[in-house]
Amino acid sequence: MTEPVRSPGLWVLAWRRLRSDRVGLVSLVIVLFYLGVVLLSSMGWIARDWTREVGVNYAPPPFWANDQDETAKALPPPPEPATPPSLYGLTDPLGSVLADIRREYPHDLVTHDLPRRLTLPLGGDKWGHDVLTKLVKGSQTSLMVGLVSALLATALGTFLGALAGYFGGWVDDGLNWLFGVFTAIPYLLLVFAIAAVLQERGVTTLILILGLTGWTGVFRLMRAEFLKHRSREYVLAAAAMGASHARRMFVHILPNTSHVILVQLSLNVVGFIKSEVILSFLGFGVPVDVVSWGSMLNEAQNELVLGKWWQLAAAGTAMAILVTAFSMLTDALRDALDPRLQRRED
Amino acid sequence: MNWSAFILRRLLQMIPTLLGVVLLVFFLFNWVGGDPAYLLAGKMASPEDIANIRHQLGLDRSVVYQLWVFVKQIVTGDFGLSWATREPVSHIFRTRLGPSLTLLVPMLVLETGVAVSLALLVAALRGQWLDRTLMVTSTVVMSISLLVYIIVGQYVFASLLGWFPVKGWSDDLWRNLTSYAVLPILLGLFVSVAPSLRLYRTFILDEIHQDYVRTARARGFSERRILLVHVLRNAAIPIVTNVLMGLPGLLTGAFLLERFFAIPGIGREIIMAVERSDFPVIKAATVYVAVATLLANLLADMLYRALDPRVSLEGKQDD
Repeated sequence: MTEPVRSPGLWVLAWRRLRSDRVGLVSLVIVLFYLGVVLLSSMGWIARDWTREVGVNYAPPPFWANDQDETAKALPPPPEPATPPSLYGLTDPLGSVLADIRREYPHDLVTHDLPRRLTLPLGGDKWGHDVLTKLVKGSQTSLMVGLVSALLATALGTFLGALAGYFGGWVDDGLNWLFGVFTAIPYLLLVFAIAAVLQERGVTTLILILGLTGWTGVFRLMRAEFLKHRSREYVLAAAAMGASHARRMFVHILPNTSHVILVQLSLNVVGFIKSEVILSFLGFGVPVDVVSWGSMLNEAQNELVLGKWWQLAAAGTAMAILVTAFSMLTDALRDALDPRLQRRED
Repeated sequence: MNWSAFILRRLLQMIPTLLGVVLLVFFLFNWVGGDPAYLLAGKMASPEDIANIRHQLGLDRSVVYQLWVFVKQIVTGDFGLSWATREPVSHIFRTRLGPSLTLLVPMLVLETGVAVSLALLVAALRGQWLDRTLMVTSTVVMSISLLVYIIVGQYVFASLLGWFPVKGWSDDLWRNLTSYAVLPILLGLFVSVAPSLRLYRTFILDEIHQDYVRTARARGFSERRILLVHVLRNAAIPIVTNVLMGLPGLLTGAFLLERFFAIPGIGREIIMAVERSDFPVIKAATVYVAVATLLANLLADMLYRALDPRVSLEGKQDD
């Protein structure tokens, strides 16, 4: 008896093609490295104590320390433990709040006891936070926002696109109208309008804003895909066998469009990371106690005028490397998943 | 079908979309955000204050009435006063449009010119080192945040080297164009050329593979003539469409530039309105920019049809 020959599936073939694409592979490694850092950091294994003020104010990176910055050398003397002022028999109105804060952060936020370091690997910010740990934490926020909102937007766009393309008729008309409404307002303006209305800043709010406004691109493509597939023979065969609409849409057609979804997803991640950075920079994104690439750039803007360039360089470079790697990975994915599509690069 | 019928039909098709935009904005500002009266009244408001403001804003009336007021505001262009500065909203837009255009028009013209010439150059040299270098460079340039360019550019060229004013604006158009707007325009240009270049390059390469190019070569025309006359004329169709479609996006793209360089344009006004929860200004901006977007799309479509005789006016446009 001969073994039945199994032909390799789509994903195996795609992986083979991706593996032979050196640029794509390097990009994949970089993206995986970032994801690993984000995972470690969200587990609390690294960069947990980014709020600790470990260095002197604006501690420079080591290689910059000797010739620049005289101020950094003048180590401020450890302040005397302040004697609590007499309260004249009044109760401290903020007493309970301060007690809460102390309970929440057992180790003192302002580390008087630790000698502050004069230099930090990637420098320090205005308060002496380590820019390296801050960068890790900021990458976590920016990447998480990008990933989760991209997942949300892609899922929403896929679902609505599937409905519109598969059913056609008035469902299609209605959803196309919705698409027209959302695309009539420039994306960033729409996001600003929603940010203005939602008064509370938070990572969840940010994800919702980006996810609920960013579905239009995926919708357009998925609608076209479902329109194309709904009358294909395999779908008609499934219908003849009694498969329900939902089964035909999501069990039969959806897997055949997965390459489009994957490419759109990674395009969206890059787009949303950029949006998050702009929003957080302007102060409409993450709240003040959360650090992201955008909030780092915001601080860095004022630091640069003082000649403290390291936070700007750190956040800008980290973002540029990830965005480049992600964009190139998207290109590589597109090539690997759709061999019919010849890249017109000559 | 003739042009007027075509335009009329397209204008009529816009109405449902516009209604949707109006509903979306109305819903957003009246329901999602909670009661704006609390926002306006400040932190120490008495219930009477709140009720008073609610009455002034018409929030104690029915939803239909409020929607009607909103529609009336849009049609008449009278959005009342800004909540933050008591300046009439219509006056805000009238006076802020000039600076925005002073920034955007030169930027658009330069960007199109530079991107098209570079795209022609790299398309002519396709596959050679200059082409590859430029393409890799533009990928890297695109991946760095616009914010970084603006922050560094403003610091280096204005603060450190003093080649340009750091920020500011004057009432004199010529002075703005030659002094205040130069650095923002150059920075905006630098950022926007890279994606356009990549796009236009593919448009041109699409054309280079067409049969008519082979025919032109067979007839003995020079490569230069083929590229500049035959190919460019055909590639112009998607390029023009792309430029026009990008117009409204350009307006919002200027948000950051206007903010950093303190240019009193519409983008900066919108950012300030978001910061101050100045709802009338944001509402008006959203609706009018949507109208502008739809009109720009129509214009792009008209030009597309005018430039490309293969596309008929009746052609059902379907994506």
